Amino acid sequence: MIEFFAWVGRRSLAFFERLGRGTLFLVQVCARLGFLLTRPSLTLAQVWAVGVQSLVIIGVSGAFVGMVLGLQGYNTLVTFGTEESLGVVVAKSLCRELGPVLTALLFAGRAGSALTAEIGLMKATEQIPALEMMGVDPLRRLIVPRYVAGLISMPLLAMIFTAIGVLGGYFCGVGLLGVDEGAFWSQMQLHMALGTDIGNGVVVKSIVFGAVVTWIALFEGFDAIPTSEGVSQATTRTVVNSSLAVLSLDFVLTGLMFD
Amino acid sequence: MPAQPHTLSAHDPLVTLEDVSFARGARVIFDGVNIEIPRGRITAILGPSGGGKTTLLRLIGGQLAPASGKVNVFGHDVQALNTAELFAMRRRIGMLFQSGALLTDLDVFENVAFPLREHTNLPESMIRTIVLMKLEVVGLRNARNLYPRELSGGMARRVALARAIALDPLMVLYDEPFAGQDPISMGILVRLIKKLNEALNLTSVIVSHDVTETASIADQMYLIAEGKVVESGPPAAMKSSSTPAVAQFMRGLPDGPMPFHFPGVDYLTDLVDGVSS
Repeated sequence: MIEFFAWVGRRSLAFFERLGRGTLFLVQVCARLGFLLTRPSLTLAQVWAVGVQSLVIIGVSGAFVGMVLGLQGYNTLVTFGTEESLGVVVAKSLCRELGPVLTALLFAGRAGSALTAEIGLMKATEQIPALEMMGVDPLRRLIVPRYVAGLISMPLLAMIFTAIGVLGGYFCGVGLLGVDEGAFWSQMQLHMALGTDIGNGVVVKSIVFGAVVTWIALFEGFDAIPTSEGVSQATTRTVVNSSLAVLSLDFVLTGLMFD
Repeated sequence: MPAQPHTLSAHDPLVTLEDVSFARGARVIFDGVNIEIPRGRITAILGPSGGGKTTLLRLIGGQLAPASGKVNVFGHDVQALNTAELFAMRRRIGMLFQSGALLTDLDVFENVAFPLREHTNLPESMIRTIVLMKLEVVGLRNARNLYPRELSGGMARRVALARAIALDPLMVLYDEPFAGQDPISMGILVRLIKKLNEALNLTSVIVSHDVTETASIADQMYLIAEGKVVESGPPAAMKSSSTPAVAQFMRGLPDGPMPFHFPGVDYLTDLVDGVSS
Protein backbone atom coordinates (compact mmCIF):
# COMPACT_ATOMS: atom_id res chain seq x y z
CA MET A 1 0.00 0.00 0.00
CA ILE A 2 2.77 2.36 1.06
CA GLU A 3 4.56 1.47 -2.17
CA PHE A 4 1.50 2.45 -4.15
CA PHE A 5 1.39 5.88 -2.51
CA ALA A 6 5.12 6.27 -3.05
CA TRP A 7 4.63 5.41 -6.71
CA VAL A 8 1.80 7.94 -7.05
CA GLY A 9 3.97 10.53 -5.30
CA ARG A 10 6.94 9.88 -7.56
CA ARG A 11 4.81 10.05 -10.70
CA SER A 12 3.13 13.26 -9.55
CA LEU A 13 6.47 14.88 -8.71
CA ALA A 14 7.86 13.85 -12.09
CA PHE A 15 4.77 15.25 -13.82
CA PHE A 16 4.94 18.61 -12.06
CA GLU A 17 8.70 18.85 -12.52
CA ARG A 18 8.23 18.33 -16.26
CA LEU A 19 5.32 20.76 -16.38
CA GLY A 20 7.51 23.32 -14.63
CA ARG A 21 10.33 22.88 -17.11
CA GLY A 22 7.85 23.05 -19.98
CA THR A 23 6.40 26.30 -18.62
CA LEU A 24 9.86 27.78 -18.21
CA PHE A 25 10.58 26.79 -21.81
CA LEU A 26 7.39 28.55 -22.96
CA VAL A 27 8.29 31.69 -20.99
CA GLN A 28 11.75 31.73 -22.58
CA VAL A 29 10.19 31.32 -26.03
CA CYS A 30 7.67 34.13 -25.44
CA ALA A 31 10.45 36.44 -24.16
CA ARG A 32 12.16 36.05 -27.54
CA LEU A 33 9.13 36.70 -29.77
CA GLY A 34 10.38 40.17 -30.68
CA PHE A 35 13.22 38.57 -32.64
CA LEU A 36 10.77 37.65 -35.39
CA LEU A 37 10.22 41.28 -36.30
CA THR A 38 13.78 41.32 -37.61
CA ARG A 39 13.59 37.94 -39.39
CA PRO A 40 10.00 37.37 -40.65
CA SER A 41 11.27 35.06 -43.42
CA LEU A 42 12.11 32.41 -40.81
CA THR A 43 8.46 32.21 -39.75
CA LEU A 44 7.20 32.19 -43.32
CA ALA A 45 9.34 29.15 -44.10
CA GLN A 46 7.89 27.38 -41.07
CA VAL A 47 4.30 28.32 -41.96
CA TRP A 48 4.98 26.48 -45.20
CA ALA A 49 6.34 23.40 -43.41
CA VAL A 50 3.81 23.32 -40.58
CA GLY A 51 0.72 24.75 -42.26
CA VAL A 52 0.78 24.44 -46.03
CA GLN A 53 2.15 20.92 -45.96
CA SER A 54 -0.69 19.85 -43.64
CA LEU A 55 -3.31 21.10 -46.11
CA VAL A 56 -3.94 17.80 -47.89
CA ILE A 57 -4.68 15.75 -44.77
CA ILE A 58 -6.79 18.59 -43.35
CA GLY A 59 -8.75 19.05 -46.57
CA VAL A 60 -9.44 15.36 -47.17
CA SER A 61 -10.36 14.72 -43.53
CA GLY A 62 -12.63 17.78 -43.49
CA ALA A 63 -14.47 16.58 -46.58
CA PHE A 64 -15.08 13.10 -45.17
CA VAL A 65 -16.09 14.32 -41.73
CA GLY A 66 -18.57 16.73 -43.35
CA MET A 67 -19.97 13.97 -45.54
CA VAL A 68 -20.42 11.62 -42.59
CA LEU A 69 -22.15 14.42 -40.67
CA GLY A 70 -24.44 14.95 -43.65
CA LEU A 71 -25.34 11.26 -43.77
CA GLN A 72 -25.83 10.72 -40.06
CA GLY A 73 -27.57 14.06 -39.57
CA TYR A 74 -29.97 13.36 -42.39
CA ASN A 75 -30.82 9.89 -41.05
CA THR A 76 -31.67 11.31 -37.64
CA LEU A 77 -33.45 14.48 -38.79
CA VAL A 78 -35.57 12.78 -41.42
CA THR A 79 -37.23 10.71 -38.68
CA PHE A 80 -38.65 13.93 -37.28
CA GLY A 81 -39.23 15.50 -40.68
CA THR A 82 -36.73 18.27 -39.99
CA GLU A 83 -34.10 17.45 -42.60
CA GLU A 84 -34.14 21.14 -43.72
CA SER A 85 -32.10 21.81 -40.55
CA LEU A 86 -29.27 19.62 -41.82
CA GLY A 87 -27.20 22.70 -42.71
CA VAL A 88 -27.43 23.97 -39.13
CA VAL A 89 -26.47 20.58 -37.65
CA VAL A 90 -23.48 20.23 -39.94
CA ALA A 91 -22.25 23.81 -39.53
CA LYS A 92 -22.79 24.02 -35.75
CA SER A 93 -21.08 20.73 -34.96
CA LEU A 94 -18.19 21.56 -37.27
CA CYS A 95 -17.69 25.12 -36.07
CA ARG A 96 -18.13 24.51 -32.37
CA GLU A 97 -16.41 21.15 -31.93
CA LEU A 98 -15.33 18.98 -34.80
CA GLY A 99 -13.51 21.63 -36.83
CA PRO A 100 -11.09 22.87 -34.17
CA VAL A 101 -10.79 19.57 -32.26
CA LEU A 102 -10.20 17.26 -35.22
CA THR A 103 -7.89 19.79 -36.87
CA ALA A 104 -5.87 19.98 -33.67
CA LEU A 105 -5.67 16.18 -33.41
CA LEU A 106 -4.60 15.90 -37.04
CA PHE A 107 -2.21 18.82 -36.58
CA ALA A 108 -0.63 17.05 -33.59
CA GLY A 109 -0.20 13.89 -35.65
CA ARG A 110 1.06 15.55 -38.81
CA ALA A 111 2.87 18.75 -37.82
CA GLY A 112 3.46 18.20 -34.07
CA SER A 113 5.21 14.88 -34.50
CA ALA A 114 7.29 16.30 -37.35
CA LEU A 115 8.37 19.26 -35.19
CA THR A 116 9.37 17.00 -32.29
CA ALA A 117 11.29 14.63 -34.54
CA GLU A 118 13.03 17.49 -36.34
CA ILE A 119 14.15 19.31 -33.18
CA GLY A 120 14.97 16.04 -31.39
CA LEU A 121 17.12 14.84 -34.28
CA MET A 122 18.85 18.21 -34.48
CA LYS A 123 19.75 17.69 -30.85
CA ALA A 124 20.83 14.08 -31.41
CA THR A 125 23.06 15.04 -34.35
CA GLU A 126 24.69 17.87 -32.34
CA GLN A 127 23.17 20.58 -34.54
CA ILE A 128 21.70 22.38 -31.52
CA PRO A 129 24.96 22.31 -29.49
CA ALA A 130 26.70 23.48 -32.70
CA LEU A 131 24.36 26.48 -32.92
CA GLU A 132 25.09 27.33 -29.29
CA MET A 133 28.81 27.10 -29.91
CA MET A 134 28.44 29.42 -32.93
CA GLY A 135 26.91 31.96 -30.57
CA VAL A 136 23.44 31.46 -32.04
CA ASP A 137 20.58 31.08 -29.56
CA PRO A 138 18.69 27.94 -30.67
CA LEU A 139 15.52 29.07 -28.89
CA ARG A 140 15.47 32.24 -30.96
CA ARG A 141 16.66 30.78 -34.24
CA LEU A 142 14.78 27.44 -34.23
CA ILE A 143 11.98 27.41 -31.68
CA VAL A 144 10.43 30.88 -31.88
CA PRO A 145 9.74 30.80 -35.68
CA ARG A 146 8.22 27.31 -35.38
CA TYR A 147 6.06 28.32 -32.42
CA VAL A 148 4.66 31.36 -34.17
CA ALA A 149 4.13 29.33 -37.35
CA GLY A 150 2.04 26.87 -35.31
CA LEU A 151 0.02 29.74 -33.83
CA ILE A 152 -0.69 31.15 -37.29
CA SER A 153 -1.30 27.86 -39.08
CA MET A 154 -3.65 26.13 -36.68
CA PRO A 155 -6.60 28.61 -36.89
CA LEU A 156 -6.21 28.83 -40.66
CA LEU A 157 -6.24 25.04 -40.97
CA ALA A 158 -9.27 24.81 -38.66
CA MET A 159 -11.14 27.32 -40.84
CA ILE A 160 -10.26 25.40 -43.99
CA PHE A 161 -11.27 22.10 -42.35
CA THR A 162 -14.60 23.57 -41.27
CA ALA A 163 -15.34 25.18 -44.64
CA ILE A 164 -14.56 21.99 -46.56
CA GLY A 165 -16.57 20.00 -43.99
CA VAL A 166 -19.63 22.19 -44.61
CA LEU A 167 -19.22 21.63 -48.34
CA GLY A 168 -18.94 17.86 -47.68
CA GLY A 169 -22.18 17.97 -45.68
CA TYR A 170 -23.81 19.95 -48.50
CA PHE A 171 -22.63 17.43 -51.08
CA CYS A 172 -24.11 14.51 -49.10
CA GLY A 173 -27.27 16.19 -47.87
CA VAL A 174 -28.26 18.21 -50.92
CA GLY A 175 -26.41 16.38 -53.66
CA LEU A 176 -27.03 12.78 -52.68
CA LEU A 177 -29.97 12.73 -50.28
CA GLY A 178 -32.15 15.44 -51.78
CA VAL A 179 -32.39 18.02 -48.97
CA ASP A 180 -33.68 21.33 -50.28
CA GLU A 181 -30.73 23.52 -51.21
CA GLY A 182 -32.37 26.80 -50.22
CA ALA A 183 -33.38 25.42 -46.80
CA PHE A 184 -29.89 24.00 -46.22
CA TRP A 185 -28.18 27.38 -46.63
CA SER A 186 -30.90 29.68 -45.25
CA GLN A 187 -31.36 27.66 -42.05
CA MET A 188 -27.61 27.70 -41.58
CA GLN A 189 -27.50 31.46 -42.14
CA LEU A 190 -30.35 31.99 -39.67
CA HIS A 191 -28.98 29.93 -36.80
CA MET A 192 -25.27 30.45 -37.00
CA ALA A 193 -23.82 33.35 -34.98
CA LEU A 194 -20.57 34.89 -36.13
CA GLY A 195 -19.25 35.60 -32.62
CA THR A 196 -20.40 32.52 -30.73
CA ASP A 197 -20.14 29.78 -33.29
CA ILE A 198 -17.35 30.91 -35.58
CA GLY A 199 -15.46 33.33 -33.32
CA ASN A 200 -15.48 31.27 -30.15
CA GLY A 201 -15.62 27.89 -31.84
CA VAL A 202 -13.29 27.97 -34.77
CA VAL A 203 -11.06 30.95 -33.98
CA VAL A 204 -10.54 31.02 -30.20
CA LYS A 205 -10.47 27.26 -29.70
CA SER A 206 -8.06 26.67 -32.55
CA ILE A 207 -5.70 29.42 -31.39
CA VAL A 208 -5.62 27.82 -27.92
CA PHE A 209 -5.13 24.34 -29.38
CA GLY A 210 -2.44 25.61 -31.75
CA ALA A 211 -0.57 27.24 -28.87
CA VAL A 212 -0.76 24.10 -26.73
CA VAL A 213 0.03 21.51 -29.42
CA THR A 214 2.98 23.47 -30.82
CA TRP A 215 4.29 24.14 -27.30
CA ILE A 216 4.14 20.43 -26.40
CA ALA A 217 5.72 19.39 -29.71
CA LEU A 218 8.62 21.84 -29.47
CA PHE A 219 9.26 21.20 -25.79
CA GLU A 220 9.30 17.44 -26.28
CA GLY A 221 11.76 17.81 -29.16
CA PHE A 222 14.02 20.22 -27.30
CA ASP A 223 13.88 18.10 -24.15
CA ALA A 224 14.30 14.74 -25.92
CA ILE A 225 17.07 12.37 -24.89
CA PRO A 226 19.46 12.77 -27.85
CA THR A 227 19.32 9.17 -29.08
CA SER A 228 17.10 7.48 -31.68
CA GLU A 229 15.11 5.84 -28.90
CA GLY A 230 14.79 9.14 -27.04
CA VAL A 231 13.52 10.95 -30.13
CA SER A 232 11.03 8.18 -30.89
CA GLN A 233 9.68 8.32 -27.32
CA ALA A 234 9.46 12.11 -27.49
CA THR A 235 7.50 11.91 -30.76
CA THR A 236 5.05 9.45 -29.22
CA ARG A 237 4.68 11.66 -26.14
CA THR A 238 3.92 14.65 -28.37
CA VAL A 239 1.02 12.91 -30.09
CA VAL A 240 -0.36 11.36 -26.86
CA ASN A 241 0.02 14.43 -24.66
CA SER A 242 -1.24 16.92 -27.24
CA SER A 243 -4.27 14.77 -28.02
CA LEU A 244 -5.11 14.50 -24.32
CA ALA A 245 -4.50 18.22 -23.82
CA VAL A 246 -6.72 19.13 -26.79
CA LEU A 247 -9.60 16.91 -25.68
CA SER A 248 -9.53 18.02 -22.06
CA LEU A 249 -9.09 21.70 -22.94
CA ASP A 250 -11.98 21.39 -25.38
CA PHE A 251 -14.21 20.32 -22.53
CA VAL A 252 -13.12 23.30 -20.42
CA LEU A 253 -13.48 25.76 -23.30
CA THR A 254 -16.88 24.40 -24.30
CA GLY A 255 -18.01 24.74 -20.67
CA LEU A 256 -16.85 28.34 -20.56
CA MET A 257 -18.15 29.36 -23.99
CA PHE A 258 -21.43 27.61 -24.51
CA ASP A 259 -22.99 27.01 -21.08
CA MET B 1 33.23 43.88 -25.39
CA PRO B 2 33.76 41.71 -22.30
CA ALA B 3 34.87 38.67 -24.29
CA GLN B 4 37.84 40.53 -25.78
CA PRO B 5 41.16 39.05 -24.69
CA HIS B 6 42.43 42.54 -23.84
CA THR B 7 43.42 41.58 -20.30
CA LEU B 8 45.78 38.88 -21.57
CA SER B 9 49.38 39.47 -22.44
CA ALA B 10 50.82 37.66 -25.46
CA HIS B 11 52.44 35.07 -23.21
CA ASP B 12 49.41 34.24 -21.07
CA PRO B 13 47.63 31.00 -21.89
CA LEU B 14 44.41 31.56 -23.84
CA VAL B 15 42.48 29.05 -21.74
CA THR B 16 43.13 27.84 -18.22
CA LEU B 17 41.26 25.25 -16.21
CA GLU B 18 42.03 25.63 -12.53
CA ASP B 19 41.24 22.73 -10.25
CA VAL B 20 38.11 21.90 -12.23
CA SER B 21 35.77 19.18 -11.00
CA PHE B 22 32.68 17.93 -12.78
CA ALA B 23 30.30 15.04 -12.16
CA ARG B 24 27.34 13.55 -13.94
CA GLY B 25 25.12 12.23 -11.17
CA ALA B 26 27.30 9.99 -9.03
CA ARG B 27 29.90 9.54 -11.78
CA VAL B 28 32.91 11.81 -11.36
CA ILE B 29 34.19 12.96 -14.76
CA PHE B 30 36.86 15.42 -13.60
CA ASP B 31 38.43 15.67 -10.20
CA GLY B 32 40.67 18.70 -9.79
CA VAL B 33 41.90 19.05 -13.37
CA ASN B 34 44.44 21.78 -14.25
CA ILE B 35 45.06 22.52 -17.91
CA GLU B 36 46.63 25.45 -19.75
CA ILE B 37 46.11 26.05 -23.45
CA PRO B 38 48.95 28.26 -24.75
CA ARG B 39 48.25 30.78 -27.47
CA GLY B 40 49.15 29.93 -31.05
CA ARG B 41 49.86 26.27 -30.33
CA ILE B 42 48.13 22.95 -30.91
CA THR B 43 47.24 21.34 -27.61
CA ALA B 44 45.98 17.77 -27.58
CA ILE B 45 43.89 16.27 -24.82
CA LEU B 46 44.14 12.51 -24.95
CA GLY B 47 42.23 9.94 -22.99
CA PRO B 48 40.22 6.78 -23.28
CA SER B 49 36.71 6.90 -24.77
CA GLY B 50 34.09 7.99 -22.28
CA GLY B 51 36.74 9.76 -20.22
CA GLY B 52 35.06 13.14 -20.49
CA LYS B 53 37.10 14.71 -23.27
CA THR B 54 34.03 16.15 -25.02
CA THR B 55 32.84 17.37 -21.62
CA LEU B 56 36.08 19.31 -21.37
CA LEU B 57 35.35 21.16 -24.61
CA ARG B 58 31.84 21.93 -23.38
CA LEU B 59 33.26 23.35 -20.17
CA ILE B 60 35.55 25.61 -22.23
CA GLY B 61 32.62 26.68 -24.42
CA GLY B 62 30.46 27.38 -21.36
CA GLN B 63 27.83 24.79 -22.34
CA LEU B 64 28.45 23.05 -19.03
CA ALA B 65 29.39 24.51 -15.68
CA PRO B 66 32.05 22.95 -13.43
CA ALA B 67 30.98 21.75 -9.97
CA SER B 68 34.04 23.51 -8.58
CA GLY B 69 37.11 25.24 -9.94
CA LYS B 70 37.44 27.90 -12.60
CA VAL B 71 37.43 27.88 -16.39
CA ASN B 72 39.10 30.98 -17.83
CA VAL B 73 38.76 31.67 -21.54
CA PHE B 74 40.40 34.73 -23.13
CA GLY B 75 41.05 36.03 -19.62
CA HIS B 76 37.47 35.80 -18.43
CA ASP B 77 35.85 33.43 -15.98
CA VAL B 78 33.28 31.65 -18.17
CA GLN B 79 30.93 31.19 -15.21
CA ALA B 80 30.81 34.93 -14.56
CA LEU B 81 29.66 35.80 -18.10
CA ASN B 82 26.02 36.56 -18.79
CA THR B 83 24.27 34.99 -21.80
CA ALA B 84 25.11 37.81 -24.21
CA GLU B 85 28.76 37.86 -23.13
CA LEU B 86 28.94 34.07 -23.38
CA PHE B 87 27.56 34.13 -26.92
CA ALA B 88 30.01 36.91 -27.82
CA MET B 89 32.85 34.78 -26.47
CA ARG B 90 31.69 31.76 -28.47
CA ARG B 91 31.81 33.77 -31.68
CA ARG B 92 35.57 33.91 -31.21
CA ILE B 93 35.76 30.13 -30.86
CA GLY B 94 35.24 27.69 -33.72
CA MET B 95 34.24 24.18 -32.84
CA LEU B 96 34.43 21.07 -34.97
CA PHE B 97 31.97 18.50 -33.68
CA GLN B 98 32.64 14.80 -34.00
CA SER B 99 29.69 14.30 -36.35
CA GLY B 100 30.31 17.55 -38.19
CA ALA B 101 26.93 18.79 -36.92
CA LEU B 102 26.09 20.46 -40.23
CA LEU B 103 22.59 21.86 -40.54
CA THR B 104 20.90 19.19 -42.65
CA ASP B 105 18.38 21.50 -44.31
CA LEU B 106 21.09 23.76 -45.75
CA ASP B 107 23.59 22.99 -48.52
CA VAL B 108 27.36 23.21 -48.06
CA PHE B 109 27.53 26.86 -49.12
CA GLU B 110 24.74 27.93 -46.77
CA ASN B 111 26.21 25.94 -43.89
CA VAL B 112 29.49 27.84 -44.16
CA ALA B 113 27.62 31.11 -44.74
CA PHE B 114 25.41 30.47 -41.68
CA PRO B 115 27.60 32.13 -39.00
CA LEU B 116 28.24 35.07 -41.33
CA ARG B 117 24.53 35.58 -41.97
CA GLU B 118 23.72 35.27 -38.27
CA HIS B 119 26.40 37.55 -36.91
CA THR B 120 27.28 40.05 -39.62
CA ASN B 121 25.51 42.39 -42.02
CA LEU B 122 27.92 41.73 -44.87
CA PRO B 123 26.59 42.15 -48.41
CA GLU B 124 25.82 38.97 -50.33
CA SER B 125 28.79 39.37 -52.65
CA MET B 126 31.21 39.52 -49.73
CA ILE B 127 29.59 36.53 -48.03
CA ARG B 128 30.02 34.60 -51.27
CA THR B 129 33.70 35.52 -51.47
CA ILE B 130 34.40 34.58 -47.85
CA VAL B 131 32.53 31.27 -48.12
CA LEU B 132 34.36 30.33 -51.32
CA MET B 133 37.69 31.20 -49.69
CA LYS B 134 36.95 29.02 -46.67
CA LEU B 135 35.74 26.16 -48.85
CA GLU B 136 38.85 26.47 -51.04
CA VAL B 137 41.02 25.99 -47.94
CA VAL B 138 39.30 22.66 -47.17
CA GLY B 139 39.24 21.67 -50.86
CA LEU B 140 35.45 21.61 -51.23
CA ARG B 141 34.72 24.78 -53.19
CA ASN B 142 33.14 22.75 -55.98
CA ALA B 143 30.99 20.76 -53.57
CA ARG B 144 29.18 23.90 -52.45
CA ASN B 145 25.82 22.88 -53.85
CA LEU B 146 25.74 19.47 -52.17
CA TYR B 147 23.63 18.75 -49.10
CA PRO B 148 25.12 17.17 -45.95
CA ARG B 149 23.42 13.84 -46.77
CA GLU B 150 25.42 13.71 -50.03
CA LEU B 151 28.79 14.11 -48.30
CA SER B 152 31.11 11.42 -46.98
CA GLY B 153 32.05 11.57 -43.28
CA GLY B 154 35.41 13.14 -44.08
CA MET B 155 33.91 15.74 -46.40
CA ALA B 156 31.27 16.64 -43.81
CA ARG B 157 34.01 17.24 -41.27
CA ARG B 158 35.92 19.45 -43.71
CA VAL B 159 32.78 21.51 -44.39
CA ALA B 160 32.26 21.81 -40.65
CA LEU B 161 35.86 22.97 -40.37
CA ALA B 162 35.24 25.63 -43.02
CA ARG B 163 32.20 26.74 -41.03
CA ALA B 164 34.20 26.76 -37.79
CA ILE B 165 36.71 29.21 -39.28
CA ALA B 166 34.11 31.31 -41.13
CA LEU B 167 34.20 34.08 -38.53
CA ASP B 168 38.02 33.98 -38.24
CA PRO B 169 38.06 32.72 -34.65
CA LEU B 170 40.92 33.03 -32.18
CA MET B 171 40.71 29.38 -31.23
CA VAL B 172 39.33 26.18 -32.74
CA LEU B 173 38.20 23.21 -30.65
CA TYR B 174 38.31 19.81 -32.37
CA ASP B 175 36.18 17.02 -30.92
CA GLU B 176 37.63 13.67 -32.05
CA PRO B 177 38.49 14.98 -35.54
CA PHE B 178 40.04 11.69 -36.69
CA ALA B 179 37.48 9.22 -35.33
CA GLY B 180 36.03 6.92 -37.98
CA GLN B 181 38.03 8.38 -40.87
CA ASP B 182 39.71 6.43 -43.67
CA PRO B 183 43.51 6.91 -43.92
CA ILE B 184 43.22 9.48 -46.73
CA SER B 185 40.64 11.63 -44.95
CA MET B 186 42.64 11.31 -41.77
CA GLY B 187 45.81 12.51 -43.53
CA ILE B 188 43.89 15.44 -45.06
CA LEU B 189 42.46 16.47 -41.69
CA VAL B 190 45.82 16.21 -39.93
CA ARG B 191 47.44 18.46 -42.54
CA LEU B 192 44.50 20.88 -42.52
CA ILE B 193 44.55 21.35 -38.77
CA LYS B 194 48.29 22.01 -38.80
CA LYS B 195 48.10 24.31 -41.83
CA LEU B 196 45.18 26.31 -40.48
CA ASN B 197 46.80 26.75 -37.11
CA GLU B 198 49.88 28.24 -38.73
CA ALA B 199 48.24 30.22 -41.53
CA LEU B 200 45.50 31.81 -39.44
CA ASN B 201 47.60 32.11 -36.28
CA LEU B 202 45.00 30.08 -34.41
CA THR B 203 45.09 28.29 -31.13
CA SER B 204 43.89 24.71 -31.47
CA VAL B 205 42.63 22.23 -28.93
CA ILE B 206 42.23 18.64 -30.14
CA VAL B 207 40.54 16.04 -27.99
CA SER B 208 41.25 12.64 -29.40
CA HIS B 209 42.19 9.06 -28.74
CA ASP B 210 44.12 8.70 -32.00
CA VAL B 211 47.60 8.91 -30.55
CA THR B 212 49.75 8.76 -33.70
CA GLU B 213 47.88 11.38 -35.70
CA THR B 214 47.49 13.73 -32.77
CA ALA B 215 51.11 13.38 -31.67
CA SER B 216 52.28 14.20 -35.21
CA ILE B 217 50.90 17.76 -35.06
CA ALA B 218 50.49 18.64 -31.36
CA ASP B 219 52.88 20.96 -29.56
CA GLN B 220 51.70 19.85 -26.17
CA MET B 221 49.67 16.90 -24.91
CA TYR B 222 47.63 16.12 -21.83
CA LEU B 223 46.58 12.60 -20.92
CA ILE B 224 43.39 12.46 -18.90
CA ALA B 225 42.25 9.26 -17.23
CA GLU B 226 39.84 8.59 -14.39
CA GLY B 227 39.09 12.26 -13.97
CA LYS B 228 42.66 13.45 -13.54
CA VAL B 229 45.50 14.71 -15.69
CA VAL B 230 47.91 11.77 -15.62
CA GLU B 231 50.73 13.54 -17.43
CA SER B 232 51.40 16.42 -19.77
CA GLY B 233 54.21 17.50 -22.01
CA PRO B 234 55.40 17.59 -25.61
CA PRO B 235 54.64 14.47 -27.71
CA ALA B 236 58.23 13.16 -27.65
CA ALA B 237 58.34 13.26 -23.86
CA MET B 238 54.93 11.60 -23.60
CA LYS B 239 56.00 8.79 -25.94
CA SER B 240 59.05 7.99 -23.87
CA SER B 241 57.26 8.37 -20.54
CA SER B 242 57.73 5.58 -18.03
CA THR B 243 54.45 6.28 -16.21
CA PRO B 244 52.48 3.02 -16.68
CA ALA B 245 49.17 4.68 -17.66
CA VAL B 246 50.89 6.96 -20.21
CA ALA B 247 52.91 4.09 -21.66
CA GLN B 248 49.75 1.96 -21.93
CA PHE B 249 47.83 4.66 -23.74
CA MET B 250 50.59 5.90 -26.02
CA ARG B 251 51.46 2.35 -27.12
CA GLY B 252 47.86 1.13 -27.28
CA LEU B 253 48.29 -1.81 -24.87
CA PRO B 254 44.96 -3.52 -24.10
CA ASP B 255 45.45 -3.89 -20.35
CA GLY B 256 47.32 -1.99 -17.69
CA PRO B 257 46.45 0.74 -15.19
CA MET B 258 43.40 1.42 -17.40
CA PRO B 259 41.73 -1.99 -17.10
CA PHE B 260 40.38 -3.92 -20.07
CA HIS B 261 37.49 -5.21 -17.95
CA PHE B 262 34.72 -2.95 -16.78
CA PRO B 263 35.08 -2.81 -12.99
CA GLY B 264 32.67 -4.97 -10.99
CA VAL B 265 32.28 -8.47 -9.63
CA ASP B 266 35.23 -10.84 -10.03
CA TYR B 267 34.90 -13.30 -12.98
CA LEU B 268 35.21 -16.50 -10.91
CA THR B 269 32.77 -15.28 -8.27
CA ASP B 270 30.31 -14.32 -11.01
CA LEU B 271 30.47 -17.77 -12.62
CA VAL B 272 30.19 -19.63 -9.31
CA ASP B 273 27.24 -17.48 -8.24
CA GLY B 274 25.45 -18.36 -11.46
CA VAL B 275 25.92 -22.09 -10.86
CA SER B 276 24.93 -22.02 -7.17
CA SER B 277 21.76 -20.00 -7.76
